Amino acid sequence: MTAPLHPSVVQAAELTKHFPARRGIFGGQRGVVRAVDGISFTIERGKTLGVVGESGCGKTTTAKLVLGLEEPTGGTMLFEDRDLAGLDAGGRRHYRKSVQAVFQDPYASLNPRMRISAIIAEPLITNERVEPAEVRQRVLELLDLVGLPARSADLFPHEFSGGQRQRIAIARALVLSPRLVVLDEPVSALDVSIRAQILNLLRDLQARLGLSYLFIAHDLAAVAHMSHQIVVMYLGKIVESGEARAIASNPQHPYTKALFAAALPSHPDERREEEPLAGEVPSPLNPPSGCHFHPRCPHAMPRCAQQAPPLALVGDRLVACHLFG
Amino acid sequence: MAVITPVTTDTVASTAPFWRLKGFPVIPVSILLLIAFVAVFADVLAPHDPQIGSLARRFKPPFWLEGGSLVYPLGTDHVGRDVLSRLIFGARVSMVVGITAVLVAGSIGTLLGIMSGYLGGWADQVVMRITDTWLALPALTFAIFLAAIVGPSELNIILILGLVYWTRYARVIRGEVLSLKQREFVRLAVVAGCSSRLIMWRHILPNVINSAIVLATLMLGVVIVTEASLSFLGVGVPPPKPAWGLMMADGKKGLMVGYWWLTVFPGICIMLMVLSANLLGDWLRVKLDPQLRQL
Ligand SMILES: Nc1ncnc2c1ncn2[C@@H]1O[C@H](COP(=O)(O)OP(=O)(O)OP(=O)(O)O)[C@@H](O)[C@H]1O
Ligand code: SF4
Ligand SMILES: [Mg+2]
Repeated sequence: MTAPLHPSVVQAAELTKHFPARRGIFGGQRGVVRAVDGISFTIERGKTLGVVGESGCGKTTTAKLVLGLEEPTGGTMLFEDRDLAGLDAGGRRHYRKSVQAVFQDPYASLNPRMRISAIIAEPLITNERVEPAEVRQRVLELLDLVGLPARSADLFPHEFSGGQRQRIAIARALVLSPRLVVLDEPVSALDVSIRAQILNLLRDLQARLGLSYLFIAHDLAAVAHMSHQIVVMYLGKIVESGEARAIASNPQHPYTKALFAAALPSHPDERREEEPLAGEVPSPLNPPSGCHFHPRCPHAMPRCAQQAPPLALVGDRLVACHLFG
Repeated sequence: MAVITPVTTDTVASTAPFWRLKGFPVIPVSILLLIAFVAVFADVLAPHDPQIGSLARRFKPPFWLEGGSLVYPLGTDHVGRDVLSRLIFGARVSMVVGITAVLVAGSIGTLLGIMSGYLGGWADQVVMRITDTWLALPALTFAIFLAAIVGPSELNIILILGLVYWTRYARVIRGEVLSLKQREFVRLAVVAGCSSRLIMWRHILPNVINSAIVLATLMLGVVIVTEASLSFLGVGVPPPKPAWGLMMADGKKGLMVGYWWLTVFPGICIMLMVLSANLLGDWLRVKLDPQLRQL
């Protein structure tokens, strides 16, 4: 198969997912949860797009949309320059095989009743006709690739630690040689001491296999370390996006600044510009008017409560904030 | 990179034979095995024909009472049949009816519970409506009603019990499937391209089978009591087959005039079997529940 070199793997435009929700104890009026509310992003070939934001801002929903586990309620998504909505059966199958995932909880990601070899081989044998010997060969190759001994193949998940399970989950995600791997908080559930190992493994695999990643986390430091591009989400919307290093070294949006302040350990001799995030994330069922961030923003102005700031080019990046308009 | 070796928790706990496991209910299991053994070898073990009596030797008491003899160790009934032989053959009836009825209820309930929980939608609606209706009906009354319609026979009793009790299975299994469905390995199976049928077969069923086994054991007691009650009420396994419940029914008039052995012995048998099944079920529930199991 000749794969033309598409510069981008996934391009999303105004991607939206609203969930129906009941409001009130009688369930009378129907509201909508604006889990993802018109976001646009591009995942480039061989690159990592990082998505950060607090719990409930729509990161997992974005991941599910990219994986095809949820149907968007609006917007478009292109996979290798082809609109997903217009794909025929063959195109969909190709898409399915090209996009795999690693999820947060390594204890829930592996079927406890299957051997490691069966877990890793499942995507392969479901999608392709392969001889058992060849399948075995591929499983051993992948175990080696993720740094696990060959004898792991015949064991069950409960015999492995969290970090090792995450390696198994990664091996499974790679068995079909996908273009894109969606990593939804792949290290948040792991012991701090082994997070770096798994992140390094992922970077190493990206360099060797030319993978693209959609890397999701609520920890800005990890995202900045892993990503080429970053989008910062708040209540289903993008508030800042751009090159990872630029955003990490010089965050612009008050929310991004606050996320950084919360992530970095405070040095006594370092003057803190921003307060760490105060207050709760409002419900996406009933988001604040204007700029969704205004109830928690230290720079909020009267117009922030009335007008939603558009995502606009500010220097080298996109920012949605009235401070820059 | 650090060298990774799998943590092997595969120690004594999982390699030891199961009867050495902590808290293994030795006595209940022995009783169940004994009943099963007696049921299988009833022809060899029973000293007399359970269905043929002689009026000349009616109401003989157990051997340790005045007038009893070791020829009829547990006495004889109102038509002179040997009580011990009838108990032995009754074990067969209870085992056959109990186990097959639980299998029928378990297969229907597990299948519909999985489909209802995993597929959702109208299939779920239909199954849950039926389940609600079923649970609103008192099981015994429902069973009597069905038995009165189709007429009592061993096969009919099995089908009736299966039909009455499958909903209890369906309900528990469905609940379990709903939570399994949220587990990430099921979502990853979808990402891998598995069909719903494949997911139910490969990912859901193996993970609910433990619960199904626990339920089956607990259900065995319930089914045996119901079977005995139906027999007692005269709509169970038809005479002259020696079912324990039927023996109690036949003997109940004698209770007032001192022929207690006709009701007490089958009563003890039913009680021992039900109690043993429940104790084993409770132990299995703790052992097989992935949340409670110590690895
Ligand atoms: N199936 C659903 N039905 C209704 N609401 C949903 C559904 N899935 C998600 N939501 C809501 O959408 C919002 C975004 O959820 P999402 O899981 O995408 O957040 P997240 O950023 O991944 O959070 P976390 O960091 O906790 O994983 C939440 O308010 C959530 O309650
Ligand atoms: S638009 Fe206003 S409230 Fe929103 S982040 Fe900017 S300054 Fe704060
Ligand atoms: Mg999430």
